Parts: sequence; structure tokens; C-alpha cells
Amino acid sequence: MDKQRQNGLNFFGPSFPWAIGPTKESEMQAVSHADDHQGTRRDFIYYATAGAGVVATGAAVWPLVNQMNPSADVLALASIRVDISAVAPGTQLTVLWQGKPVFIRSRTEEEIAAARAVDVSELPDQGAENENLLGEEDASDENRALSEDGTWLVQMGICTHLGCVPLGEQGDFGGWFCPCHGSHYDTAGRIRKGPAPRNLLVPVASFVDETTIQLG
Amino acid sequence: MSGIPHDHYEPKTGIEKWLHTRLPIVGLVYDTLMLPTPKNLNWMWIWGIVLAFTLVLQIATGIVLVMHYTPHVDLAFASVEHIMRDVNGGHMIRYFHANGASLFFVAVYLHMFRGLYYGSYKAPREVTWIIGMLMYLMMMGTAFMGYVLPWGQMSFHGTAVITGLFGAIPFIGESIQTWLLGASAVGQPALNRFFSLHYLLPFVLLGLTIVHVWAFHTTGNNNPTGVEVRRTSKEDAAKDTLPFWPYFVIKDLFALAIVLAVFMAIVGFMPNYLGHPDNYVPANPLATPSHIVPEWYFLPFYAILRAFTADVWIVQLVNFVSFGIIDAKFFGVLAMFGAIAVMALAPWLDTSSVRSGRYRPMFKWWFALLAFDFMVLMWVGAMPTDGIYPYISLIAATYWFGYFLVLLPLLGVIEKPLPQPATIEDDFNAHYAPKAGADASANSAE
Repeated sequence: MDKQRQNGLNFFGPSFPWAIGPTKESEMQAVSHADDHQGTRRDFIYYATAGAGVVATGAAVWPLVNQMNPSADVLALASIRVDISAVAPGTQLTVLWQGKPVFIRSRTEEEIAAARAVDVSELPDQGAENENLLGEEDASDENRALSEDGTWLVQMGICTHLGCVPLGEQGDFGGWFCPCHGSHYDTAGRIRKGPAPRNLLVPVASFVDETTIQLG
Repeated sequence: MSGIPHDHYEPKTGIEKWLHTRLPIVGLVYDTLMLPTPKNLNWMWIWGIVLAFTLVLQIATGIVLVMHYTPHVDLAFASVEHIMRDVNGGHMIRYFHANGASLFFVAVYLHMFRGLYYGSYKAPREVTWIIGMLMYLMMMGTAFMGYVLPWGQMSFHGTAVITGLFGAIPFIGESIQTWLLGASAVGQPALNRFFSLHYLLPFVLLGLTIVHVWAFHTTGNNNPTGVEVRRTSKEDAAKDTLPFWPYFVIKDLFALAIVLAVFMAIVGFMPNYLGHPDNYVPANPLATPSHIVPEWYFLPFYAILRAFTADVWIVQLVNFVSFGIIDAKFFGVLAMFGAIAVMALAPWLDTSSVRSGRYRPMFKWWFALLAFDFMVLMWVGAMPTDGIYPYISLIAATYWFGYFLVLLPLLGVIEKPLPQPATIEDDFNAHYAPKAGADASANSAE
């Protein structure tokens, strides 16, 4: 008897409000396969119905969930070209690309020197975080700057902590400082102090000619 | 537990009987209004009514605001200004709605700390407590999404930070964040869906309110002594209780009038005191305001989010043990949600069989410290992240967890509670002596 009660959908116990299946003495006797512990045909119907219900519900809910993912026009990858001829050394151009700010900075000699003097092993994030590279490279300044001489540094203006826009030429390391939660980045956009876990992301970028950078 | 024994609705006239056999709705209203309520409830038992009123206020003002608002990145800010300047009485309706959110959280925090002190969360009221915590989470979500709608600087960058919390989840975080925003950055899809949900959730909240009330009408109210109403007979129960109507309805309305007088003064004379001037600047994705802080009611949990930086030893330990999966950023997010989760688990963390803090000599002081800790977190959450502030927030956040995870289980074992009154009636008579006793003491004073 007790074993029977554990069968089917009664595993919550006979007092469970939605317990269905044979629980009463009279019903127990009415089931011809009372000793068949493999389950009855009725159990099979219960499981089949519940299974079909789960599948149908999932099929109905998925489109409602999926509609919240980025739509086709948002996904359409736009690459933009930026004229950098007016960006003087020691200044930064901020452009909006795919809804996010991108910092394009022409660094001074001192900034480059300061960034190259840092020992990579002392950095909180030792990866280059550069989408133009394979992903294994270390966070040396050469692996982050866009140009060979290190003048041009292109990176997303999104703090890797919680997505605020860091402020330029501020913070303890002369690079960027995020006012939201106090993350300090150095002149190569590498995280040095504060809650942010990673260096500022370097997006896919390339020189089209000497005064034009293509993003994406 | 069966309900408190009391007189139920009896249809008397012909039409009442006719309706009652078809839909017993009059009986439902009658039994709800005449619910026997412990007669010793003090002034901390008014916040539920304030909350119910505020929900109705927010829904009413919200529905009319939507008649003038446009959920589009280029038009939202201007449409809010249109409400403020052009719509008849629009500035007042919007100020009611914006400050109504603050009233909501003032009331909910006092309501929750009332429950924490008088042990309202303990058996058999755990379900009431859990539903309450769900409502609190939903309130926070609704308030946050409402703050996004004016599309000011704080709206925009606040959204970036809050959705960034989900981005901190290892492996799947980024896809969740993209799914929430409908794009890789905050923009039109986010504004549109937040508008939709901001309209929907208050009605879910209304439904949960009914379930919340249903749950504590089943168990009966807690009261300042934590002693249960006698259920032995209708007569015994009547000695411990008074019907909700008219006694508590009038009391609650009086309290509501006083609370609303203060509220009206704020709405009328200082409607922007609790807001941020930065949100009167249209959203600009290229520049984050120099000092970004959430609204005051999120500050305690915001402080906990910021408290656990990478140089805290427990963060480093967890980072090491989890092979770097849980970094400082994710740890902060876990701590913030954990701070609410430990509060929700209070019914199972508290080992004391005594409900009311009134009869718990040690608990009383630790609870007072928790209330103070909450205020400290609220203050430090608005402070910058350098100097002494990170240490204060770390200590305050640690106490928050210590209270729920260490003190609540421990106090029940080591504390020797004071004697509790046998019945609510005894406690009531001790405070409000019956007529004869009052005369006697008056005479002896002469």
C-alpha cells in the first residue's frame, strides 16, 4: 500500500493538494495492476500529459523571452571611420560607436614612457584585453597601443567594473578614473587600483590612412 | 493553525441571502474588516496601511503621468519637462509620484525593522515574511525602472551600473546583460521595456499585497509582546483582541494623516530635496556624472556592493578557492543580493523561541546596533570611495552579515529571556490599568 502511494504523481504525499492518482482504498482496488510497480497505463497518461504540457509551455514562453534579445537593426554591425587629424598630442577624442563611447587618445611621450615603465607582473589584469590580438598576449603597452610608436591608444570608454564612463587624465596613475566606484586606470588604460577587474577593452580598430581610424 | 475564533458574517435580509448563496463577497469583506486584532498593537503597526495607501497613490498618479509621457530616447526627457511645465497640475502629479517612491521606502524600512524587532517573521508567519521580501525586491525593481524613464544623466548611467551588476555573473553574465538591455549598451530597447515593466509590476505588487494580507489574516497579527492570541474560545480571544473595524481603521487613518502631513510638506516645499540635480540634465552616453549615487533608498545595499574590494582578505580567499571565477566584482554583487537574502532567511536563522525583542535583553542591543548599522550604510553609500569611507563600509557590511548569520543563531542559545506576559490581556492591563485600578493609584498619589 505505502509503496503504491509513492508511485505516480503522489510523491509529494497523499495530502499534497495536487496529488492525483490512486490514493483511496477503493480506487486502489479498482486499479487492476495494483501490484505492478512499473506503473500503470494511467500513470503513463499522466506523465505523457505533463510532458506535453511542459513542452508546450516552453515553446510558448521562448519567443516571449527571445524577443528581448537585440533586434536585427541593433545587431547590424556598423563600422565607423573617425577622422583623427585634429587630435593633438595629449588630447582625447571620444566618439559614440554602437551606443558606447570609444576613447581615441594621442598620447604624449611622458605618458608612453610611464606606461612602458610598468612591470606587467605587477598588474591586476595581465591580459592585453585587445580584440585585435589572439587573446593570449600580456598587458604590455605595445600590446595595447594601436600604433607601433605607441602614440595612438584606442579603447572602449566603459569601465570594466559596472560600465560607467571613466574620466580622462585623472586618478592616481595619470590615466583614467571612474567616478562611480573609484577605479584607477594608467596611461595605457590598464586597471591599477579599485574594484574594476579588467583593463579597458581595446576594440577592433585599424588605420585606413594616416588620419583615419576605422572602428569595427 | 486555525484562525482566531470570532463571529462570522450571517446574511439576514432576503437579498443578502440571495447574493451569499451565489457569491459570498459581502462575507469576505465583513470577515476581513472584522478580523480580531491584538488590542495592544503600538504605533509601529501603522506602516502596512501607509504602504497600501502609497501603492494606490503611485498607481493613480502613474496612470495619469503615462497619459503625457513618451518612452523614446529623443522625446522622453522633453515629455517629462512637458508634464512639469505644460500639463495642468502636471508638476504636482509628478512630484507626488517621485516623492511617493521615497514615502514607499520610508514605510517599508520601518515596516521591516518592526518585524525584525518584534519577531514577526517567526513561526507561523514565515510565509508572510517571505512574500514581504518578494514584494520588497519587486518594489526596488519598479523604483529603479521608474527612475530610468525621465532619461536624465542619472537615469542613463544608473541603468548602465545596475545592469552591469548582472554582467558580473561569470560566463553567462554578458549575455544576460545584453538580453536585459536588448542591445550591447543602454538605449531605446532598454527604455521601452523598462517603461512596460514599470507599468506592469505595481499590479503584480497589488496581487502580492492581497496574498501578504491573506497570509497574516490566517495566522493572526503578531503584536508587541509576541504572545499569541488565545484561541481556546471565542470569549478568550475577545479578551485579547478588538475588531479591525472601527478600532484599528480609525487609528491607522489618524497615523496616515500625520504621515501624509509630513509628506505633503516635502512635496510642496522641497520636492527635489531627495533627488539629484544631475537628472535634470538630458542623458549623454559620452559622459558619466562626476558623482554617481543611487537614490537614498538603495544606498545601504549600494554601500555593501562597494565594500568588498579586491584588497579585502575574504575576497582574495574566495577568489583563490573558486579558481578566480568569483572576482571582486562578482563578490560585491553576491554580497549585495546576499544582504537581502540573509534577511529573508531570518525565520530560519533566529533560534530563539521568544518572538518579541522586548523580552530579549541581549538581542535588544544587537538589534539597536543593526538599525544604527543600516543608517551608517545609508550614509557611507553616498560618500566617495577613498579615505576612511571604504573601511567604514566594510565594517558596517560585515556587521550586517554578522547579525543575521552569527548573532541570530547564537543569541537564541546563550540568551536568558525575560518572563513574558501570559496573555495579551495581561500586558494590556499592565499598561492601561482598568478603571478601578486607575482610581486607586490616583487616590494614593493625593
